[in-house]
Amino acid sequence: MGLKPKVPGLVKGLGVTFNTMMKTFTEGAATVQYPHEKEAPTLRARGVIALREDNCTACMLCARSCPDWCIYIEGHKELAPPRRAGGAPRKVNKLDRFDIDYALCMYCGICVEVCPFDALFWSPEYEYSEPRIADLLHDKDKLGEWMETVPEAPELEVGADKKGKK
Amino acid sequence: MLAVTIPYWGQTLLRVLGGIVAVLLPAGTIVYLFLFKMMSFMQSRLGPMEAGPYGSMQLFAEVGKWLQKEDIVPGRADKYIFRAAPLIVLVSTFLLVVVVPFGPDAYFTNFEIGVFYMLAVSSISTLGILIAGWSSANKYSLLGGLRAAGQLIAYELPMVLAVVGVVIQAGTMNLQDIVLKQNGGEIFGLDWIGNPYILTQFIGFAVFMIAVQAELTQVPFDMPIAESELVSGYMTEYSGFRFLIFFIAEFATAGIFSLIASALFLGGWGVPFAWFGWDNVGDISNWMNIVGPLIMFSKMMLLSFVIMWVRFTYPRFREDQLQRFAWKVLIPVSLVNIMVTAILKVAF
Repeated sequence: MGLKPKVPGLVKGLGVTFNTMMKTFTEGAATVQYPHEKEAPTLRARGVIALREDNCTACMLCARSCPDWCIYIEGHKELAPPRRAGGAPRKVNKLDRFDIDYALCMYCGICVEVCPFDALFWSPEYEYSEPRIADLLHDKDKLGEWMETVPEAPELEVGADKKGKK
Repeated sequence: MLAVTIPYWGQTLLRVLGGIVAVLLPAGTIVYLFLFKMMSFMQSRLGPMEAGPYGSMQLFAEVGKWLQKEDIVPGRADKYIFRAAPLIVLVSTFLLVVVVPFGPDAYFTNFEIGVFYMLAVSSISTLGILIAGWSSANKYSLLGGLRAAGQLIAYELPMVLAVVGVVIQAGTMNLQDIVLKQNGGEIFGLDWIGNPYILTQFIGFAVFMIAVQAELTQVPFDMPIAESELVSGYMTEYSGFRFLIFFIAEFATAGIFSLIASALFLGGWGVPFAWFGWDNVGDISNWMNIVGPLIMFSKMMLLSFVIMWVRFTYPRFREDQLQRFAWKVLIPVSLVNIMVTAILKVAF
């Protein structure tokens, strides 16, 4: 029950708050006045998930791995022209519906990780709040539009295995 | 001393208006400058910026918001007492401002037992808080009210004892005389500095400020409204303008306790380091009635800055630590302070 050793710590604490106050006076706050000035999120920030529709095969891996079940996928098989002349027509999966419900999404990114065909990407865009909660359901066109905001993938490290995702 | 004579009703009106200004001006200034801005800056953010330039109209926005909210009384609450409780707390604030001297003639009342009266009416707010907690019919409110009662009573004692040192040294309980004694006095033969009692009563000043912090339930001592345990303590069930009254009372009392502390310890309305050789009240120039309130206001800002600075720096005490600190540290220290003061008073 010594009061004495506590006093330097108490004074130091007062110093911390005072110095922070003076620093805010001289150098400005650490915060951003949001509606007037935009925050610049880092390139790899988890803002919104973008969909590259051509890459999607409706394999359902993302929908199955989603912890919130916020991805809705419907698709059908189509016949596509053969790759080589005289070959048999190919069967491809076409997307009818690909919705992500951002009212449910918890931004864990498992769908982006699990996608084997590079169809899902993170975009740092964050301004898509809606007055109606139902409008937070983004369909595949909307998700496709987000592709424009996806930053370039960073360069691979030297000596990295390039056989994986391209 | 004023040249014009004002009729009695006019004086009363002036006093009422002055009282409202003296209560609301410190409260508004403290809330905007310290609670909104200083706290934000200490947390490296800017605070309210939208309402008016630099958010200076935020206070009016907040008051407007509270006034248009519904005044909810819980179904099982003791209605009349529930409604009266915030007013009782506010009344204590208004009663406190009555004894504060702002200048040689600028005061509301000037009577011999001002210090005693100040200590007595400041505990009326304890009653208001206790019945607010009791009448809310809510267990959080009740616990908050009981904690507040325990804390406010515990910290009333060191506050009284800290003031006793000043009273012994001044030889009077009249706040105006205490201010005059400080400004006319001398210490170590230096008469240019006067004798603000913070120099001799620095222990009393420290104990007084800590006790004030606890009386105001400001943060290191905010067990009664500990929001992580008790929602908002005795204020849990209050909404609308009744909450606003609690809020005003809290910060107005902070300002008025700072005023009282500056009158008791910092030389009150006297110009620091200058007294112009006035011997008694009659000699003091009339312009002190204008300058005095300004000096009091700046001293109040200084002391409430310290109160708020401490508030924004420290985490809160646990209930048992809080009680132990009052009974085992502050009260013995202030008793020793009284003893030493009394011995020195007799010796010199």
